[in-house]
Amino acid sequence: MSNGWSVYVIVLIVINVLGCGWLLFANRSVQIDPREKGQSTGHDFDGIEELNNPLPAWWTWLFIGTILFSAGYLVLYPGFGSFEGVLGWSSANQHEGEVEDAKTRFGPLFERYAAVAIPELVREPQAVAMGSRIFANNCAACHGSDARGNRGYPDLTDGDWIHGGAPDTVVQTITHGRNGVMPALAPVLGGEAGVEDVVQYTLSLSGRDHDAAAAGRGGVQFAAICSACHQASGVGNTAIGAPNLTDDVWLHGGRPEDIRRALEVGLANQMPAHQTILTPEQIHLVATYVLSLSAQGEATEAMEVE
Amino acid sequence: MSMGSNQAGHANAPRYEDDVVRLFAVMTVVWGIVGMLVGVIIAAQLAWPELNFGVPYLSYGRLRPLHTNAVIFAFGGCALFSTSLYVVQRTCRATLFAPGLARFVFWGWQLVILSAAITLPLGITTSKEYAELEWPIDLLIAVVWVSYAIVFFGTIVKRQTHHIYVANWFYGAFIATVAVLHIVNSLAIPVGPMKSYSIYAGTIDAMVQWWYGHNAVGFFLTAGFLGMMYYFVPKQAERPVYSYRLSVVHFWALISVYMWAGPHHLHYSSLPDWVQSVGMVFSLILLAPSWGGMINGIMTLSGAWEKLRDDPVIRFMIVSLSFYGMSTFEGPMMSIKTVNALSHFTDWTIGHVHSGALGWVAMMTIGSLYYLIPRVYGQTQMYSTRLINLHFWLSTIGVIFYVVNMWIAGVMQGLMWRAVNEDGTLTNSFVQSLEATWPFYVGRLLGGAVFFVGMLVMAYNVARTISMAGPVEREGKVAALAGGRA
Repeated sequence: MSNGWSVYVIVLIVINVLGCGWLLFANRSVQIDPREKGQSTGHDFDGIEELNNPLPAWWTWLFIGTILFSAGYLVLYPGFGSFEGVLGWSSANQHEGEVEDAKTRFGPLFERYAAVAIPELVREPQAVAMGSRIFANNCAACHGSDARGNRGYPDLTDGDWIHGGAPDTVVQTITHGRNGVMPALAPVLGGEAGVEDVVQYTLSLSGRDHDAAAAGRGGVQFAAICSACHQASGVGNTAIGAPNLTDDVWLHGGRPEDIRRALEVGLANQMPAHQTILTPEQIHLVATYVLSLSAQGEATEAMEVE
Repeated sequence: MSMGSNQAGHANAPRYEDDVVRLFAVMTVVWGIVGMLVGVIIAAQLAWPELNFGVPYLSYGRLRPLHTNAVIFAFGGCALFSTSLYVVQRTCRATLFAPGLARFVFWGWQLVILSAAITLPLGITTSKEYAELEWPIDLLIAVVWVSYAIVFFGTIVKRQTHHIYVANWFYGAFIATVAVLHIVNSLAIPVGPMKSYSIYAGTIDAMVQWWYGHNAVGFFLTAGFLGMMYYFVPKQAERPVYSYRLSVVHFWALISVYMWAGPHHLHYSSLPDWVQSVGMVFSLILLAPSWGGMINGIMTLSGAWEKLRDDPVIRFMIVSLSFYGMSTFEGPMMSIKTVNALSHFTDWTIGHVHSGALGWVAMMTIGSLYYLIPRVYGQTQMYSTRLINLHFWLSTIGVIFYVVNMWIAGVMQGLMWRAVNEDGTLTNSFVQSLEATWPFYVGRLLGGAVFFVGMLVMAYNVARTISMAGPVEREGKVAALAGGRA
C-alpha cells in the first residue's frame, strides 16, 4: 500500500470513530435533569410525539467502551493502513507459528512411524488408526468412508490394483496422483459393428454371456488394438494403469452398455496429487491404512521395500 | 383513478394515496408464504436430500437463492415499500409524489420477483450471494429503485411539516444506500442475454460482494425496518417516542459505521489483515448504535406495559425488538476473529441470520401489517384478534425452536471440525459432523414449518379483513389493480 492510500485509510477511520465520539459528546447529559426527563421536543408527526430523554448512561459507556477497545486494537494489530501494529501479528505468521507448534508436538511420532516400513507398520494399530483419520478427512469424499469406492472411484479394499499395490506404488499414487485415460476407439474399430464385436469379446474374457461369433471377430480386433494396453490375455498392465478385464471388478460399470460407452467415447479419470496437501509422513500413514484394508498388506510383507 | 382514503387521526389530513400501499401489503403476505415455503422445502432437503426428486430445478443449490431472494427482496421488500409509502405520507402530511410512478414501482418490483422465480431454478445466476440475478434483471431493479427513490424523496420535499420524522431518516438512508450498493456490486460485462462477468476479480470481488452483502443486512434489513419500527411501535402503543436525541445519535452512528463492517465475512482469507481488523473493530463499535434503536423502541412502551397482556400486535413488536437486540449483540461477537474461527461455515451463521430475519424482520413486518392493513381497508382492526394471538405464538415458538437448533448444531460443528487427537490428526471427518447435525436439521425444519403455518393463519385473517371492507374501500383496491394493468 502506498503512503497516500495508507493516510487515506487512517484519516477515514479516525474521522468516523471521532465522529461517533463527537455525536455522543454533543448529545451528552448523562445526568438526568428532572426538568428534562420526559420533556417533549414539541414535534408531532401524525399524532406521534417525540420526547427528548437523555442517552442512557450504561449505553453511552458501552459505546465509549467499544471505541476505546477499537483504538487499542488498532494500535496492537494491523488496521491503520500500512501500520503493522505494535505486536507484529499477521494471519500468515500466526499460521506459520501454529504449523511449527504442530510439527514440534506431533513431528516425532510421525517421524518414528515414517521410519518403519509399511508392511510392518500395518500391524501397529495406532499407526493404522492415524492413517484412517487422515483418510477420513482427505480421501473418503471420493473413495467413501469405508474405502470401498464408488463408480469411477476405485474400491481400495478388494486387493485389485489398477496401478499396482506394492507399498511404494501406493505412496507414489497418493503423492503424485494418477491419470487414467481410455481413448475413444469407435473409428479405429470400424464403427458400431466393430465396437459391438469387441464388447462381446470383452464379456467373454470374464466368462460372461456373449455372442460367440461376434466375440470371435472382436478377439481379432482386441489382439490388434486393445492388447497394446490391456495385454493379449486382457489381464491389464499396472505399469500404465490399464485395468484387468478378466475379473469381475468394473470401475466404470460392467454392463454391455457401459463397456460399449467406454469404447465409443473413451474415459478420463483422475486421482489428484496430494504432495501439496499431505506431508510425506502423512502419506506414509495413509498408505499403511489403505494397505491394511486389503490382503495386499500381508502379501507384500515378503517384498523388498524401497 | 380513484384514491383510497384514510382520514383516521387528523381531521384535516389530506386524502392519502394508498392504492400502492394496499397492493404491496397484500403481496408482502403472499411472498412471505412463498419464500418461507421454499425455506421449509430446502430445510427438508438438508435432512432428506432425495426430496429434490432428481429434478435439477428443485435441487438445493437452485432453490436456496430462490428462498433468500424471496424472503429478503420479495417479502421484506414489499413490506418496506408498503410501510414506507404509508408512513412518509402521514408523517409529512403530504400525498404521494408521482403516484403513477409508484404504481410502476409496484409492477416493476413484481416483475423482478417473477424473473427471479423463473431464472434461479433454471440455474441462471451470477453466483454472488443475495445478488444472484443476472444483468437484465439487475437493470430493471436499478430503474425500479430509482423510481422508488423519486416517489419517496419527492414526497419528503412536498411535506407540510417543518421537521422530517425519524422513521423517514431511516427509510431514506435505506433507499439511498441500497441504490448505491446494488449498482456498484452488480457492475458486470454482459456476454449474453443471461450471462455476465463481474468487473471485479479475486479478492476485490469478494470484498465488494461482502461490502454489498453486509450492508444489504445493514440498510435493507436493519435501517429500513427501524424506519418501520419508529412509526408503528409508537402508533400501536399510543406512546411518545422515548428519545429524539438518542435517535439522532444512533442514526448517524449506525449508517456511518455499518459501511465498514463487511470484511468480517472474510476473516482469515486472502483479504489483507488490515481490512479484516478494520471490519472487526467497526463491527464491535456497531453494537451500541444498533442497540440505540432497540432502546428507543422498548422504552417507548414504558408506561404502557399492560398493553403486552392483551395486545398481540404489541407483543409481535416487542419480541421483534428483543430479537433485534439479541442479533445485534450476536453479530459483533461473531465478527471477533477468534469467535469467527469457531462459527464460520457452521450453522451458527444460519441461526444468527434467522434470528434476524424471522425474529426481527418478519415479526416487525407482521406487527406493522396488523396495524396497517385494517386502516388502508377502512377498518379499525383486523378480523380476528384471537388469530393474531395464535399467529404470535406460532411465530415465537417457531423462531426460537429454529434458532436454538442452529445454535447447538453450529457450535457442535465448529468444535467437531477443530478437534485434534493426541497424535495431531483430526478427530472427526466431515461426514461425522453431518451425521451429528442431522437431528438438528430435522428440528430446524419443525421450527421453520411452525413459523410458516403462522403465515397461513395471517393470510386467512388478512383475507377476512379485506372482505369486511365496504364497497368504497374495495373500490380503491380494484381501481388500483386496474390502473396498474392499464
